[in-house]
Amino acid sequence: MAKLALSDEILMEIEKPARYIGNEVNMVKKDPASVDIRYCMCFPDVYEIGMSHLGIQILYDMINKREDAYCERVYSPWPDLDKIMREKQIPLFSLETQTPIKEFDFLGITLQYEMAYTNVLQILELSDIPIWAKDRTLEDPIVFGGGPCSYNPEPIAEFFDVFYIGEGETRYHDVFEVYKALKTKGATREEILHAIAKIPGMYVPSMYEVTYKEDGTIASFEPIHEDVPRTITKEIVLDFDKAPYPEKPLVPYIKATQDRVTLEIMRGCIRGCRFCQAGMIYRPTRQKDVELLKKYAREMIANTGHEEISLSSLSSSDYQCLKEFIYFLIDEISNNDVNISLPSLRIDAFSLDVMKKVQDVKKSSLTFAPEAGTQRLRDVINKGLTEEVILNGAMQAFQGGWNKVKFYFMLGLPFETIEDAEGIPQLCETVAKAYYTIPKEERNGKVAITASASFFVPKPFTPFQWAPMLDPQTYRDRAHHVKDTFRQQLNAKSMKFTYHESDVSALEGVFARGDRKINKVIYDAYKSGCIFDSWTEWFDNEKWMAAFEENGIDMNFYTTRERDVEEILPWDFIDIGVSKRFMIEEWERAKQGIVTPNCREKCSGCGAAKFGGGVCFEGKN
Amino acid sequence: MKVRIKYTKSGHLKFIGHLDVMRFFQKAVKRAGLDIAYSQGFSPHQLMSFAAPLALGVTSEGEYFDAEFNSLVSSDEFVRRFNEQMVDGMAVNDVVLLPDNAKNSMSIVAGSDYHVTILEKDNDANWKIRREKLLEAVPHLLEKDTIEVLRKTKKNEKVEDIKPGIFKLCIDEDKIYMFLATGSEYNLKPESVMEALCKETGIEYNKFDYQVHRIETYMKNEQGELVSLLESGTRIA
Repeated sequence: MAKLALSDEILMEIEKPARYIGNEVNMVKKDPASVDIRYCMCFPDVYEIGMSHLGIQILYDMINKREDAYCERVYSPWPDLDKIMREKQIPLFSLETQTPIKEFDFLGITLQYEMAYTNVLQILELSDIPIWAKDRTLEDPIVFGGGPCSYNPEPIAEFFDVFYIGEGETRYHDVFEVYKALKTKGATREEILHAIAKIPGMYVPSMYEVTYKEDGTIASFEPIHEDVPRTITKEIVLDFDKAPYPEKPLVPYIKATQDRVTLEIMRGCIRGCRFCQAGMIYRPTRQKDVELLKKYAREMIANTGHEEISLSSLSSSDYQCLKEFIYFLIDEISNNDVNISLPSLRIDAFSLDVMKKVQDVKKSSLTFAPEAGTQRLRDVINKGLTEEVILNGAMQAFQGGWNKVKFYFMLGLPFETIEDAEGIPQLCETVAKAYYTIPKEERNGKVAITASASFFVPKPFTPFQWAPMLDPQTYRDRAHHVKDTFRQQLNAKSMKFTYHESDVSALEGVFARGDRKINKVIYDAYKSGCIFDSWTEWFDNEKWMAAFEENGIDMNFYTTRERDVEEILPWDFIDIGVSKRFMIEEWERAKQGIVTPNCREKCSGCGAAKFGGGVCFEGKN
Repeated sequence: MKVRIKYTKSGHLKFIGHLDVMRFFQKAVKRAGLDIAYSQGFSPHQLMSFAAPLALGVTSEGEYFDAEFNSLVSSDEFVRRFNEQMVDGMAVNDVVLLPDNAKNSMSIVAGSDYHVTILEKDNDANWKIRREKLLEAVPHLLEKDTIEVLRKTKKNEKVEDIKPGIFKLCIDEDKIYMFLATGSEYNLKPESVMEALCKETGIEYNKFDYQVHRIETYMKNEQGELVSLLESGTRIA
């Protein structure tokens, strides 16, 4: 057992000391002296959240399969420990060997949501690594960023040495080989970064220069060396069945947010909803072989002892062997001692049958995500769900004994009108009315409808990347109006409507489509005490507003401004395979409310076929 | 069929709370492929119950839980299969089969014995003196008519005589050995005894100056003697 970095006294004083001691079931143990590369993987949020993340488990397993590398982990110290570490000057440490992070060759930080950005700075500062990449030396680890937020890395570009653009399974080996060779030669940090910048998928921000026009938009974005690529194409795993998968995932002592086996059945989505970034950046859709998934299910349950299994994908109903796989889980895995946690499924005879088998009908609810209240707006956002489909599904379920329905909506979508917003309560009312057409003796008491709305944030690499975001006040007014409209419905008593806060979403809007000028704002906000911004109890909007003010930055430039398709966007140097031409076409079709068919109905020529795999080549061996 | 499992919790695992230890064993028993029984109903749970919860920070080589199995393997096989699934700091020591009418371990716990180590802290010049003073005071504490300490309960604090809860108190080499009442009838924590010893010697009590280690958990047999919880059952051949 490694000696713990924290004393007994500290561990006894803080909340949940098990967050910081490592030694979990299936933790990889190696002698750090026996490896060439020490990699520390970080999820910049509290342990229970970070431990629930599948991506880290995949990369942890993959890197540790190399004999010459040891991958360890670190998560954000909760504010109680943060305070003690600063007071006592205790450097941040890895869980496995309790080694200071500064001693690692690499620190890899996964960026899953924008509101974790200040936590990245906390990790760096507590590790005694200079926050600004330009101030680092050979003594410091090379700081990598990856994950969905690195598809627009610009607002945090100056804190990172390298961003890995795309799926992590493909290029780490190349990075390690280059690093090993240069390290033995005694290369400088600059030389190492320059060499990494030439590896496909790697973006080294310090090797690019941005200039701005007077209006604040980008004038040019150029590499400073001739041999550094102008465009960075995302990395993607083509042979999805051969991709590494952690058959022995870590099992934490304390209950993680996702305390179960997770099986990734599919990556990517065929649907092409125009607001959805994941649906674009993970193109083309790739499925995992069902026999392989069965093997993983058996092995991972046996290796973890978990009592629950869940499926991960963007749209499970589109996995072509879903029926076979779910019945397999019910018949051969559940066996009384493993719960099957169902993903959200299209409501039909099949899903109702499995829901009946694995859930308590009285307690469970139906979930629909129409996202918009009217068919017109659903066509604008290319969400294929129609009122007819919702009503049919709901009626089948009501007849089967269900009486709880959950709806997910967004407010502030492009081209949304008051009528569209009012469509939310109207749709809920229609469903409630449908429920009461069932004879009293055949239905299960009162219907209970919960609808929630989130504040739409336009994301890079979606057809809505040019769209203006609503300003927070208009969003709040609209949400209030929806709430009032709910109250006027006949079945108002059976319906509940909640909506998300607007301040956090507005910030997310800035970070999502921000440029390099935002780095300083994040730095100043962090220095004034902002941390754990995704936690309501820690979020402090006033500090953020002060940081924008000090830097003379108008949030509206990033949020409410409509961009011209000719404008150079901060993320334009990344090529996700889906072409800009396709995005523009989709943006135009959105304006006209024209639906685009999904990838299996008809190929729309988005460009992702250039990777040479996935749904683009289904049935075309 | 109900069995009783004795285990050790030491090292860094002392920072894992009682509920998490339960979760740990729920998963371990499944990884070991042992045929644990489940309750009926829509969300079945394993039939498992733990004896005396151990405070965070305390180590132990005498922890227990009872579990119901649909089929059995030998005691040795139980131990072997459990231990294949343990982590550093956790080990299963023994497994015995309980008679059908056995009461569950939680209800019969009557005592525990402990070793308390007086920790040497960095830059603590007074450590030797402190240890000497405390060890010297040990044999005399029970000579007093009453041993009063401030006991905190969830609702209030009150001064209480803890002497009836101390079955034995002595020095064991450089450690303090104490045998105390545990369980629902009367529960005395070793920390309270250390507090009393400190009070006696005029030393300021700081719980981080001591490492408490539970040696064994006891119940009363038919003769009223305190015996190990293992005595309820028999080893499985």
